[in-house]
Amino acid sequence: MRSIILLSTALVLVACSGAAAPETDTAYQDQLQLALLDAKPGDVITIPAGTHSLDRGLSLAADGVTIRGAGMGKSVLSFKGQIAGAEGLIVTGDDVVLEDFAVEDTIGDAIKINDTTGVTIRRVRTEWTGEAKTENGAYGLYPVQTTDVLIDGAVAIGASDAGIYVGQSKNVVVRNSRAERNVAGIEIENTQDADVYDNVATDNTGGILVFNMPDLSQPGGRVRIFSNEVYANDRKNFGHPGTPVASIPAGSGVVINSHDDVEVFDNDIRDNRTANIIISSVYSSNFGDSSFSDSFDPYPDRIYFHGNRLSGGGDKPDGLELKAAKTMVFGMNGRFPHVLWDGYARGDADMQICIQDEGADVFNADLANESKNMRVDNAPHDCELPRLGEVTLGSAQMSDALD
Amino acid sequence: MRRRLAISLLLPLALGGCTAAAPDAPVFHADANPATLSEWGLLSVDRGHLVPVAGNVTYAVNAPLFTDYAHKLRTVHVPEAASVRDDGSLDYPVGTIISKTFYYPGEGAKVRKTADANSGAIELASHRLIETRIMVLREAGWDPVSYVWHDDQSEATLKRTGAVVPLSLDGDDFAYVVPNENQCAGCHATNATTGELHPLGATAPQFSDRGKMVVEGVMRPGVFTAVANYLDEDLPLDTRARAYLEGNCAHCHNPVGPADTSGLDLSLSATSDLVLGTCKPPIAAGSGTGGHLFSVVPGDPDRSIMPYRMASTNPGAMMPELGRSLVDEAGVALIRDWISAMEGDCDS
Repeated sequence: MRSIILLSTALVLVACSGAAAPETDTAYQDQLQLALLDAKPGDVITIPAGTHSLDRGLSLAADGVTIRGAGMGKSVLSFKGQIAGAEGLIVTGDDVVLEDFAVEDTIGDAIKINDTTGVTIRRVRTEWTGEAKTENGAYGLYPVQTTDVLIDGAVAIGASDAGIYVGQSKNVVVRNSRAERNVAGIEIENTQDADVYDNVATDNTGGILVFNMPDLSQPGGRVRIFSNEVYANDRKNFGHPGTPVASIPAGSGVVINSHDDVEVFDNDIRDNRTANIIISSVYSSNFGDSSFSDSFDPYPDRIYFHGNRLSGGGDKPDGLELKAAKTMVFGMNGRFPHVLWDGYARGDADMQICIQDEGADVFNADLANESKNMRVDNAPHDCELPRLGEVTLGSAQMSDALD
Repeated sequence: MRRRLAISLLLPLALGGCTAAAPDAPVFHADANPATLSEWGLLSVDRGHLVPVAGNVTYAVNAPLFTDYAHKLRTVHVPEAASVRDDGSLDYPVGTIISKTFYYPGEGAKVRKTADANSGAIELASHRLIETRIMVLREAGWDPVSYVWHDDQSEATLKRTGAVVPLSLDGDDFAYVVPNENQCAGCHATNATTGELHPLGATAPQFSDRGKMVVEGVMRPGVFTAVANYLDEDLPLDTRARAYLEGNCAHCHNPVGPADTSGLDLSLSATSDLVLGTCKPPIAAGSGTGGHLFSVVPGDPDRSIMPYRMASTNPGAMMPELGRSLVDEAGVALIRDWISAMEGDCDS
């Protein structure tokens, strides 16, 4: 009897000693990778319930395949001991469905979808367990150069860059998802026609980011952010120095950087300690000095905020310069208004940054002019823009899923 | 009685294994991949050496891909000579079979780091065979196939899901990773949109001995610009560095490759400093930045992302992402020298 107790104690100790990687289930790893290699259009590959320890990245190149688990809390692919592969799963096939499983603790990105048409990611969780830290992988869900993307009911936790990151893509819907304890919760970058709605972003460094970076395959355009909850994204920035998100101040709610045609409406944005809304140009990121070609437009044009419910926040901005600016203009106990604009403008041209949210004053940090004339100035932003259209996804199957 | 039955069952099997003569010429498997390497008729053992079977031509390349200091024995078999396309690639006929055997000087798991002499035969007693990769051109296109060698070096078995081979290189333990079938496309599908595979080393610009390839009937004469041998220290630094990047990076970092998402183009056709990384911010490098702001800072390799990623062995940070567990010290030194020699800076 006593020996049984001793034995079970030992087992518990082993299970709880988080440092050591669990033994790789090589038989399952080979079986799953072989199924991915053999997959034909229409196939469903199931991941049984349980935690499966893998040490090499998986890849799916076939079109029309579904990978289906028993639930994001039940079917777990754990990469704690990963020795090879820049991601947990890379998908290069078209019309792929990933649903009801989790990818944990990859050494690089969790799930990357590269250069495909048609991907649905439903009820999938990507997570770096334990403390959110710089050593965690960069991206949780990472479709890049994809067309027709539906991310629905996903959960992304602990990414050292963005939990949900859609880059250089076309026709994108991100909804009903939750991003927490990432540097960037949800990031839409150089993407054309994206709808981001009914998501929750909290406890990230920045909640929802819309970025346009220089000299990529396409500039971003037409992004709608609506009906999301974006609150208390106050986590200390733990991004890798040098990455674009490393310059995001802790306590950023919705951030628009160098992106054109963004409509943000009907969101609850609150209690983000630097500012609930930040609108900026690449010049005030840490890449102001980088070379980019003349064709790159560094200014955010036609940005339209309306009907958002804003409260709290702006009371404890991150970083010495922002702290000093807040104290200088609003006093020790004051707070930034809801909207922070870096003030970079294309000469005298009106960039049409329109803010119609109730109670949303706009603070112009006048960075373009060495902050000599920092001020609250709402008048230039009292404008309206035409509404953007709804995103439609290419395939009939995906459109049906949207209804 | 039962015992005799068992023996008599085993005997024919064992004999079958020994007597099925390995083919004495290359065999084109038009549909399926055989379970063992010997069925291709590419390599055979002769007087203690692994040698090419007649009908296969050995070759070496000018700008090889670094693979954890493995030596490589390369062969190509063609049904008829391939013509040279405008870009220097070869228009191989269906039935072409290219092989690359990865091996090390040493024995068992203990292997040594030495320069690859591009030998046309491998002495088995003094070398450890790891894997043989095949690219075969079928009607539908190029297919990749990987075989992992048995410990006794008598045969290699098809291993579609890849493998991890623990090795010790001059006393340092590392995991040699045999790629899975999809990962072959990670390098050989240089156009991420079409996803079509094609050979990277068996091209006119890469052949180090074009004359031999013409004489042996692998290719027809043609006009093309050869890639430089980046190990040739008599060549200008820029030429060597660009050849290294072409051979080790451009299969992904080209204008239509899987890494065009980064905006970094390291192919020989790249002409602007910006696409080659000068003062270019990272896009999705994650831990790969090493804390640096730009891919290349002229004159300052210590502040450049490119050599940082080349010198990393963290799979989440390193470049290339696949195909190595160790650092190519000479390659890193070459790229650092190249960056050191650049003039200018990234301060505006």
